[in-house]
Amino acid sequence: MSEQTATKATTYREAVKAALCEALHKDERVFLMGEDVGHYGGCYAVSKGLLAEFGPERIRDTPLCESGFVGAGIGAALGGMRPIVEVMTVNFSLLALDQILNTAATLLHMSGGQFNVPLVIRMATGAGKQLAAQHAHSLEGWIAHIPGIRVLSPATVEDARGMLWTALQDPDPVLIFENNTLYNMEGMLSENAGPVDIDSARVRRPGRDITLITYSASLFKCLDAAEALAREGIEAEVIDLRSLRPLDDAAYLASIARTHRVLIVDEGWRSGSLSAEISARIMEQGFYDLDLPVERLCSAEVPIPYARHMEEAALPQVDSIMATVKRMVSHE
Amino acid sequence: METYIDRHHAIQQLRQMLLIRRFEEKSAELYSASKIRGFLHLYIGEEAVAVGVMAVLTPEDAVVATYREHGQALARGMSAGAIMAEMYGKQEGCCRGRGGSMHLFDAATRFYGGNAIVGGGLPLAVGLALADKMQRRNRVTACFFGDGAVAEGDFHEAMNLAALWQLPVLFLCENNLYAMGTALRYTEANQDIAGKGGCYSMASAFADGMDVMAVEDAAQTAVEFIRRGEGPYLLECRTYRFRPHSMFDTELYRTKEEVELWKQRDPIEVLVRHLADSGLFRQADRDALERDVAAEVEAAVAFAEAGTWEPAEDLTRFVTSERRSA
Repeated sequence: MSEQTATKATTYREAVKAALCEALHKDERVFLMGEDVGHYGGCYAVSKGLLAEFGPERIRDTPLCESGFVGAGIGAALGGMRPIVEVMTVNFSLLALDQILNTAATLLHMSGGQFNVPLVIRMATGAGKQLAAQHAHSLEGWIAHIPGIRVLSPATVEDARGMLWTALQDPDPVLIFENNTLYNMEGMLSENAGPVDIDSARVRRPGRDITLITYSASLFKCLDAAEALAREGIEAEVIDLRSLRPLDDAAYLASIARTHRVLIVDEGWRSGSLSAEISARIMEQGFYDLDLPVERLCSAEVPIPYARHMEEAALPQVDSIMATVKRMVSHE
Repeated sequence: METYIDRHHAIQQLRQMLLIRRFEEKSAELYSASKIRGFLHLYIGEEAVAVGVMAVLTPEDAVVATYREHGQALARGMSAGAIMAEMYGKQEGCCRGRGGSMHLFDAATRFYGGNAIVGGGLPLAVGLALADKMQRRNRVTACFFGDGAVAEGDFHEAMNLAALWQLPVLFLCENNLYAMGTALRYTEANQDIAGKGGCYSMASAFADGMDVMAVEDAAQTAVEFIRRGEGPYLLECRTYRFRPHSMFDTELYRTKEEVELWKQRDPIEVLVRHLADSGLFRQADRDALERDVAAEVEAAVAFAEAGTWEPAEDLTRFVTSERRSA
């Protein structure tokens, strides 16, 4: 970013809202639909004020029927609209998984290329707010198993601001996962911030000793760990995946070719996870660059518990990231 | 029946029903010959519903159907050859052989499938109608589903959304009395399907699904209501599937006598009787129609036989769009 560009402190929530406003202003086919997006102002207050600005047709409150309104979003996309469907949380989205997998992700291929579905689905994900076992999982890696859709995971305010518009230009379904612990996070956002690419991973901190591959809220845990490790003379390179499907293999493989060590930090459950997929790809494409085996820090394989100390114990944390990195780096 | 019969139109309707009947009889034969594989769900016996409803739709309207949709696809005007080629798995098929019998799609006639998740098409129809309403287009989305779908959550969610938002959807329940092999009385606490419209403050009606003219009349009333902007409409057509659920069904759940009883109300013969009673139709007319339809089915089979296989290298085409902007 050039030094001339003015920036201002912006929360992740404000960034998502600014993205919604931009889309609603720029394209009259765009509308927002979901539970409590209108009169309530959004479960996480993201759409507060939009009902007054854009009216009930375009800021459309829905009944509690995830399958119904996600399916309606698919139909509206087929009918020429550009719906943004908000699902309150990823756990609720399982009620719409049939529509996501059996219809949205399938229609184009099944119809021999006739019907693409330009639909954006946004939802909150992730643990850390003591919301317990039916509101706090990180299932985005699991959703990223599905061909035919894109899965995005904006971590920074810049991506929260910029990914939506690019997603709306995509001819196929795009799912955007917003970690609910990030909404209050403040970051510096350029005043002329706009659309960003949704294809590539980013190096968020360069380093020579080890590569940390992560996404979403864990990015900040990794950056904090890297900062602390630097004081001890260990330089960790931190990669923010940004897109979970497709994965930007080249980005993390290039990093591993420099560092020769890799730790994947993923808030999904370990077995059959996104981290497992990335690990396999490293074996397939980057094995000879490695000085030691790929390691992973994932959520404990438990339903996320309510009590704070238990929830914290279930997730990768700065301490566990640092300890793992130190052990890996000292292993010669 | 006292109603005036438009001879030309009635003969068109008869031809459509005959086409579906002969096309599907041929499909069953080709299934036995292993030319068609996968699941094959025949519509035989239910033809009056699709033919009666399609007659009142315009090309701008949309159709959402189920996995038992050869009849809807043919009545909507999709080419018999493209449908047959699809069932052969040939790339000349309407979906390049990607979908098969259960997933017929056609952008040209706004035919949105071909959905094999029971109830899955209903929210889709709501969305298509929402797009029409938001874009101020006076179109109808006709959504076909069976009695089995009525037990699914998607049915209730879609009915509520369509009524809440006053969307132009014609919900068309083809009640053939069995959800696969389980009779409605074993699955529904309240078997009055048309009556369920009232739960959503939705207009609804019941029609004899074995009488194409009755279906068309009821559909006409429904579609006029919808086009006036008065909201969605639920039309239940009571009908009967003469053939097994699919080619694997041994029909343990119903008696031959029951099937024979319903065959006496064969929709093709019902219409022929209407026509003959009016003195408008002779055996020679029927023979001519049969020859005409047989030729169309034969041409469809020839088209499918002559079709080619999509190269396996194309397997991953259309997982995502080739044109990258929406």
